[in-house]
Parts: sequence; C-alpha cells; structure tokens
Amino acid sequence: MNRKEFLKKSFGAGLFLGTALTFGRYGELMANTAGNNSIPYDLVAVRNGEPAEMYERAIKAMGGISKYVKPGQRVLVKPNIGWNVTPELAANTNPLLVKAVIKSCLEAGASSVHVFDHTCDDWVKCYKTSEIERAVKEAGGKIVSGDSEKYYNQVEVPQGKKLKSAKVHELVLESDVFINIPVLKNHGSAKLTMAMKNLMGIVWDRSFWHRNDLHQCIADFSTWRRPDLNIIDAYRVMMKNGPRGRSEKDVATMKFLVMSDDMVAADAAATKIFGMQPQNVPYINFAHDMQIGNMNLDDQNIGRIKM
Amino acid sequence: MTYKWLKAFRVSIAFVSLLLISLAFLDFTGLFPDKLMKGVLWLQFIPSLLTFASAFSLAGLGFIAVMLITAVFGRFYCSSVCPLGILQDVVLRFARLFKKIKFRYHKPVKYLRHVLLGLTILSGLMGGMLFVSFLDPYSIFGRIFSDLFRPVAKALNNLLVPLFQAYDNYSIYYVDYYLLNFSVYFVAFAFLAVIIILTVKHGRLYCNTVCPVGTLLGYISRFSFFRIRIDTNNCTLCKKCEQVCKAECISLKNQTVDFSRCISCYNCLTVCKFDAIDFSVQKRLANNLTNKVAPTDAGRRQALKTIVGGLVLAPLASLGKEKELYYTATVPVNRTQYVTPPGSGSVPDLLTKCTACHLCVSACPTNVIQPSSSEFGWEHFMQVRMDYFAGYCTFECTRCTEICPTGALLPLKQDDKKLTQLGKVQFIEDNCIVKTESTDCGSCAEHCPTKAVLMVPYENDLRIPEVDDKICIGCGACEHACPTRPFRAIYVEGNEVHVMAEKPKEKQVEAPDHEDDFPF
Repeated sequence: MNRKEFLKKSFGAGLFLGTALTFGRYGELMANTAGNNSIPYDLVAVRNGEPAEMYERAIKAMGGISKYVKPGQRVLVKPNIGWNVTPELAANTNPLLVKAVIKSCLEAGASSVHVFDHTCDDWVKCYKTSEIERAVKEAGGKIVSGDSEKYYNQVEVPQGKKLKSAKVHELVLESDVFINIPVLKNHGSAKLTMAMKNLMGIVWDRSFWHRNDLHQCIADFSTWRRPDLNIIDAYRVMMKNGPRGRSEKDVATMKFLVMSDDMVAADAAATKIFGMQPQNVPYINFAHDMQIGNMNLDDQNIGRIKM
Repeated sequence: MTYKWLKAFRVSIAFVSLLLISLAFLDFTGLFPDKLMKGVLWLQFIPSLLTFASAFSLAGLGFIAVMLITAVFGRFYCSSVCPLGILQDVVLRFARLFKKIKFRYHKPVKYLRHVLLGLTILSGLMGGMLFVSFLDPYSIFGRIFSDLFRPVAKALNNLLVPLFQAYDNYSIYYVDYYLLNFSVYFVAFAFLAVIIILTVKHGRLYCNTVCPVGTLLGYISRFSFFRIRIDTNNCTLCKKCEQVCKAECISLKNQTVDFSRCISCYNCLTVCKFDAIDFSVQKRLANNLTNKVAPTDAGRRQALKTIVGGLVLAPLASLGKEKELYYTATVPVNRTQYVTPPGSGSVPDLLTKCTACHLCVSACPTNVIQPSSSEFGWEHFMQVRMDYFAGYCTFECTRCTEICPTGALLPLKQDDKKLTQLGKVQFIEDNCIVKTESTDCGSCAEHCPTKAVLMVPYENDLRIPEVDDKICIGCGACEHACPTRPFRAIYVEGNEVHVMAEKPKEKQVEAPDHEDDFPF
C-alpha cells in the first residue's frame, strides 16, 4: 500500500472526523473553540492596491497566514485556471496573487503547496498562458494536472439536494489546508463566478451539474468541504462575456480583494463589488438557506482597507 | 572492402529517422517541436509530392531530392528514410533474437506491384485518396504509431505516474485515452500484422510487392548510377549475401542483382568475405528519371466511389461506438456537412490531400481531430475530421496547420485562424436543458470564444442561448460542452468551403462606481 492509497483509505475509514477538526470550519462548528475569538474579522475587503500587497494586508487583518497554515502541513491552493487566455483578460486568477499566497504558505512552514484546476480549455495551454504555472514554480509550489479522470475519487455529498456525489481530485482529499482563490467575473450560466463556483474546478463530471439545476448543485457541493480560506481576486474584473471573455474590452480594472473563511459571505461581498445584489444570484441564496455561510453582510464584522 | 562502412552509415541514419518520426507520432505531451516535425518529415515521399502538387513550394521538394538520391545511389530512401521500412528492419532484428532467419532469392511477384502503383496514381489523379492513404508507407506507419502504439505509450506513462507521485513529483501526469472508431484500429492492426509476418518470412517483400513508393523508386533504381553488383571473379557462391538480402533480390544462380528491388541495406557488402560484392558506378547512365505524378484534381474525386471499401468497412464501424446514458433530448441532429480541420480551406481540399497519416490526430491537444469512418463517404475512410464529441478546437491553437506534412492543412496565422469559419452554429431549442428542465445551464455560451453563442433572458428569470452565425468560427466548443443526450442542443454545421467570420463588435465595459469606497 503506497502513501496515496493509505491516505485515501484512512480518509474513507473514519479519520474524516479527526481530520475535519483540523480543517477549521468543521472544527469551529463542532468544538466551538476559543480559536474563534482570535478572528478579528468575519471578512476583510481591500481596495486600490496591487494583488500581492492587497493579499498581505488582508491576511494580516485576518490574523496572519499562520492561523491557517501550520508547519508541516500540506496545502492545496485552488485558483481559477479555466481558460487559455492571458492575465489581462481576467478569465483566470491573477498570477501575482497566486504567487503571493503560495509564498506566504511556505513561509508559514507548509511542507508543500500544490496547485491545480480542472480546466475547460486544454490544460497545458491554460497553465502556461495564464502565467500561473510560472508563478507557482517561482514561488516554490507544485503545479499538478487535473486533466485525467484517474486523479478523481468518488465522494458522497450527504447534504446535497440535487448533487449526491461527485468525483473529486485526490489532492483535495490529501491536503491538510485548502485555500480557494477564485477570480470574480461575469458568468453566462451562473451569473457570477467567485468562491463557491470555483469549487466546480475540483470535480470531474461537470456536465451533471449543468443538467441538474446548476445553481442548486453549486450550493450542494459547497456543503461537502468548505475551504479553510477564500480569497477572491477582483483586481481585474470581467464584466461581461464571462466566463471566458472575448477581449480586454470586457475587463475593468477594479483593484479589489475579498477574504473570508465563509464562502457565502465572500461571494456576497464580491457580488456587491461587481455591482449586483447577492439576492439575485440563486446559488448564494440556496447556500445561505442551507447554512453553508452567511450572505447578510450587515450582521458581520467586516474589515475595510483602502490602500 | 571500401564500402563496408555503408551499412553502419545506413543504420545510423535509419536510427535517427525512426526515433524522431516515432516520437512525433507517440508524443502526447505536446512537447515535440512543430518545426522539427516538419523538418523530419520533409523527405517523406508521398506527403512531399502532395505538398508540391498543391503548393509548389520548397516544402514540397523533398520527393525530388529522394528521386535524385535514388537515381544516383539506389533506394536509400527505403532503408533509411521510410519509417515503415525501418520498422520492418527492427521487427527483423527482434525476430532474429528468437529464430535464425535466412533469406533466399525469389523472383518478383508478377504484375501486382505495377498494378497497385497504377491504381494509386490513377485514383490520385482523379482526386480519390483511398489507395494513397491505404498504401502510402509513411501513412501506414503513422496510423500504427498514432492509433496503436500511442495508447500503449500512454499506458506506460500512467503506470509510472504513481511511482513519481509517491515522491510528491508531479512532472509526469496521468493521460486519458480517447477511443477511436473500431475500424480504424482494425486497419492499423491488420497492416501491422501483415507487415510483421511478411518481414519474418520474406524480408522486404511488402516494399517490393505492395508499396507504391517502393515500386516507383524501383523504376528509377533500376537505372541508378551506383549499384550493387557481383564480382564473378571473386565470388565463391557461399550464398552468405543471398541469405542476408532482405529484398531477396540477389540470385547467385544467375549471378545477378535485381537492383529495382534492392532497398540499399548494404548487408551483402558487409557480409561478403571475398570482395565479391561491389558497389560501383554503372557505365550506362539512366535516361528515364522523370517518373512524374501529376497533381490531384478536386473536381473529379467523386469519380472514385469505392463501393467495395464501404461494403468491407461499414459493419466494422458500428462496433465500439459510444453508449450514452442520459436522455432528455428528443430532436435528432441532422448534420449534412461534417467539419474539416482549420487550414484545410475546404472539404474537397482536405479530402484530396489527406493521406490519413494521423499526425494531426497525435498532435492535436484536445482530441478534436479524429479519423473519419463514413462521414465523408467510405472512399474517404480514415481521413480526418473535426469530432466535437471528442473535443473542441482551441481558439488560439494552430498546431495541426503547422505540422501537416502533405499540405492538406496549410499554415494559418493565429489571427487568421481566430476568424476562420469551419462551420456555423445551429441551436435546437427543443433539446436545450433550459427549456426541457427549466433550469439555468449555459455550458455552450461559457465555452464560446467569440460569443456567437450568448445567453439571453428567457422565462422565469432563466437565460437561454442565442446564436449569431456571422461571428461563429465553428470551433465546436458549444457542441462539445452541451450536456444533453443522446442529441446535442447545439451543433456545428460544416462549411464546405471555409470562410472568414465577421469580427465581433466590441465596446469597452465600465466598472461600477463605488465612489472610492466599499459597497457594503
């Protein structure tokens, strides 16, 4: 039995709960630990900075990266690398942000930082053209393929209404810390794509979601494994023709960044930054109702940083 | 003997040729450089001839070089350049590990090679490529490597992946297989089997009986300047040379060498201990070097409807077809014209130039280029088409146009490719998820690079696709992504002649004004 199999089997065999406790959100829900008190903000939003600097400010306000990444832990960073376009078209997460996140994880003592996406366009080209492959390598992380079904393992989604199971990339199962870094953009199917929609990139069969009420499936899958940290890149924002975009004319430079442990809150804030209301994005409502997170920003302690 | 080094020279050239050409076909990583691919294949006879016939460019002069070399030195091409020829030598080398193989002189098979060459030329002149694509040795080799061996290479790669991953190394990665039409495997396998059997029993019998290039070059080598001859003064009739002659063209009984069949392996030179085999200048110069094959004619391709091919191959094609599990769509897709890859210019252009070598099938990063079965008619079996079930054409990619050795796909600049319309999008609303299930979907519009497919308001705050075929380039992203089964709700109707799509009209977007503050 190799290491990978061992990890898979132990996961399936009931270490789930023990591991989940270290995953942050589950831990908070089950144990109501004192750790919660050290979180100064539910959500931090930054504007007017460069991607890496906005990240630095936000993570500091959230309590520092070492709150999320402990020495020796395996970290998975999941950007959006779905399309074979350059960073200027803003269809993929900003490579400078990806680089900054990986660097800080390694500085916090992470044993490894892996990065992948199940791309829409040819993955080799996506990784290259998005400049994310280069950013990952420069930062000391490992870029991994998500392009074969062999990487994906069946998981149950017990709380799902429409989506009861999915095939998920093994790295998500093997990692101790899961950091979700989507890009905010217009989306022809889901209206907007941000944190929750970005999780579609860790599953194999996406056409099932499209056939079975996309919005409900997005919310359903968000019950399965909440990322420990969500960082929404809204530096360049594709305002229309998403998710692929057509040219730089679809892109507005907005220089925002949103960070939260709560995907629903993060998506609600990003929706407002985009100029829409969270109530108008069905999956945000579904997720709120399923108690995956809180879409009411008024109830929350929000850090606002202008640079 | 002064010419003993010739065999070593032949073997080293052959080794390099085979290695590079094999890698070009086996590569599933996209790392094999496009330019090198074209360079390596420049000398391939039939691809080069076809390029010359269609483009009259430097890229198509390889076959003239081959004919000149043959006129001077004999069929060096067959032993050192032709990958199928070299493959036979490799097979022989392996077979000899298990079995002592000795050849002996045989008379050539009567008529067959001339008839096959004649048919190939005749059908080629009429624009039919069935004989050419079935018999061109380079294309046969290509199909064996692309269709049969490439999946094996992938399997070996996939076996290694877990070992690397155990050390947290992701530099090699899993690759998936895409199942081709069963009849394509069958043809590639049948040729491989026949060639292995013939090689083990009679050496290069295939090259001297079936191969049209071998026959054609044989006409030239018959008169070539240098050639293998027996020095009757020194010969002891030990038969060593006859036993190693893969072409079975040395007759010691008659003390002759049939140089039209000699494939210039130079084994006889190396093996003779008595200086009785000579490689020397022929006094009588060849005067008939201009075996010319005229260019193909697209207009008359229809003349060659090979019913026989259809009868044999049709039942095979139905095997191994994809079985779909999910059904909501009820309206069948009636595609009247299948789509040809970018750079082909038009359907007839592709069908009169493609030899079905499947190099583009190997090189395409998304599997969208697939061998056809009966989509263009049976006489075009195995020639390539765009299969949007298998994949879709990456907007920015021009790789297939860069590497095609026959000129069936001609190079396209990226900017031109992004506007080249291979076909037009068609929407079948009655199959669409948005209508049948009353939920949002939008897979098609998501993937569309030009926004020829756009989501517009529909009942109950839903959005449904709207198509604009003027800016559509027919890449098939929408068709590939469409989740309805067994029929798609959106598909590409091929253009018989590719045209330029209109450039989309664009307007700079503006960011919402948050007055330099936060909207929450």
